[in-house]
Amino acid sequence: MPSVEAGDRPTKSSPTLATGDSRRLLRIEGLSKRFGNFTAVDRLSLDIYTGEFFALLGPSGCGKTTLLRLIAGFERPNAGRIVLDGVDLAPVPPHRRPVNMMFQSYALFPHLTVEANVAFGLKQEGLPRGEIAGRVADMLALVKLESLGTRKPSELSGGQRQRVALARCLVKRPRVLLLDEPLAALDKKLRDSTRFELMELQRHLGLTFVIVTHDQSEAMIVADRIGVMDRGRLMQVAAPDEIYERPNSRWVADFIGDINLFEGRVGDDRLSVEGTAAGRLRVAAPIEAEPRTPVWIAVRPERIRLSRDKPPEPENCVSGTIVEIGYLGDLSIYHVRIADGSRVKAAVANTGGNGGYSPRAAESVWLSFAPEAPIVLTR
Amino acid sequence: MKNQPGSLWQRFTLAFPYAWLVAFFLVPFLIVLKISFSQGAIALPPYRPVLDLTAGWRGIEMFLAGLSLDNYRLLGSDSLYLLSYLKSLQIAAFSTLILLIIGYPIAYGMARTPRRLQAVLVVLVMLPFWTSFLIRIYAWMNILQRDGPLNELLMALHVVSTPPVWLATDTAIYIGIVYSYLPFMVLPLYAVLEKLDESLLEAAADLGCPRWKTFWLVTIPLSSPGVLAGVLLCLIPIVGEFVIPDLLGGSRAPMIGQTIWMEFFGNKDWPAASAVAVVLVCLLVTPIVLFQHLAMRSEERS
Repeated sequence: MPSVEAGDRPTKSSPTLATGDSRRLLRIEGLSKRFGNFTAVDRLSLDIYTGEFFALLGPSGCGKTTLLRLIAGFERPNAGRIVLDGVDLAPVPPHRRPVNMMFQSYALFPHLTVEANVAFGLKQEGLPRGEIAGRVADMLALVKLESLGTRKPSELSGGQRQRVALARCLVKRPRVLLLDEPLAALDKKLRDSTRFELMELQRHLGLTFVIVTHDQSEAMIVADRIGVMDRGRLMQVAAPDEIYERPNSRWVADFIGDINLFEGRVGDDRLSVEGTAAGRLRVAAPIEAEPRTPVWIAVRPERIRLSRDKPPEPENCVSGTIVEIGYLGDLSIYHVRIADGSRVKAAVANTGGNGGYSPRAAESVWLSFAPEAPIVLTR
Repeated sequence: MKNQPGSLWQRFTLAFPYAWLVAFFLVPFLIVLKISFSQGAIALPPYRPVLDLTAGWRGIEMFLAGLSLDNYRLLGSDSLYLLSYLKSLQIAAFSTLILLIIGYPIAYGMARTPRRLQAVLVVLVMLPFWTSFLIRIYAWMNILQRDGPLNELLMALHVVSTPPVWLATDTAIYIGIVYSYLPFMVLPLYAVLEKLDESLLEAAADLGCPRWKTFWLVTIPLSSPGVLAGVLLCLIPIVGEFVIPDLLGGSRAPMIGQTIWMEFFGNKDWPAASAVAVVLVCLLVTPIVLFQHLAMRSEERS
């Protein structure tokens, strides 16, 4: 998948986003939720900071939506605490929590107009009519729906409905806005543009967003930090570039983007891994593991070079035969079978560069990568 | 629907419901309407004039000259008819209200039950239909008797010291009607409540709405098509109900169904019975048509 260039990704985290205790908004401690025998959320702890755009990313069924529903109060945890602004939310029913949720289905009230949908939450607060009308009008203008206020949800397009759902939550000025797969129902073109609108809105309003998604490029684009979830647990919590460049486990490395893994043992100099399918592999920085312990060398496909002749460097190269070529337009993915029968994926940008070298299927090629390219994983 | 009825099959499927209505509603109604303008007679059929097409144009002229509004004048002159209409409307309105109050929580509870149990509950609601309606009303006659099970229970529980009279009262009519019509109220309500998207209720809670208010602001408005269907399905047949008031109610203040029966079988006055029936149909159809019209208008405006 990734069309994200890994090497020179600008860090998005705004400089004001400190992660100290003072800016901690939401604290989740040892949270567990079981449905019968199934553990949806498993002793999960997480801090979310004021003003951040946090993405919960994971395969379907990993518990990310359940976590969101626990924060909103629609599910009650079996164990653990959720603390918002220093207040334990356990005794607070959903309608009293200062968080709002945008549902995957949008859950717009079909019998109410767009305006009435957006005003619904403010009316519950018992605000004066004039203020409600003003805030609703401002919010509809912000999401560019001012001309559709008197329509019913059934008379709107999917993209417009999505905006109404967003406006209905935002107008409440929640301490935390929870978004459950907010873009999943949109078609690809609209999804791409809406991602950036979502980021702009979040920055403009200075709110804290927690988004749930199974789409990793979505998480990478919108989020300041990503929490990668699997089977009810957080596997890694870090900025998008860090998750991609320095995954902490084979699972995360494999889940985010594409990866080639070579298993071997740490060399005595701690700067090499021996006995892999590609022989002895060198790395640039000392490995933080005892010699002889098993580790995995992980290399992203776009970090692997493809050449007809053996590269001049004696290490980090292996020969193989091309089995398949996936043409994606901007780049091509080459599947190369190496001596031990395993496949290595190499992504080559179709820039007309690479010396005009574009090998065909069944051709023999050399694969190589720089010692700086791989990630060493110990689990 | 934008597609024109093109194929023969499409035309047939469109024409079929209309043909059905013409054959089994419009034609019988026109016959009744015609009889209502006739005069009673000791003959076969027991009214005049009878349309004699063999006499040609003159036959039609004779027939038209024989028609009169006398039966409708009769309805106005005797307060029995007005009182029966009012009693029918009153019983229908109150029992429909009671049905709604009892039926809504039942339907709501059914819709909130785990899905695999819902089918069982639907069958249970319809279970009374497996026994003849008449037998069930006879059972109620037995239950409501002076020394019947209901009074025995009330005496045993010391709720009353002397057995109250149930039969031949309006209370008995209400009991019979509410019991018999409950499935017609519950099923349409269940059908809409079962489809109600639960995330809408969660969204309302999320936006700061407590449960009771969500019920009022979201559940009730969204179930209004079911409420309307249930109310119409109960109200209309109850107005014309004959068996239940005849068996459980008294004879002093008859409902309109009993009045029609009396005219028809007691007095053998087909024209008067027809006039009563025609007025009843107009009484029921006019508000429905009016309501439909208003609903369509407001739909178009939005």
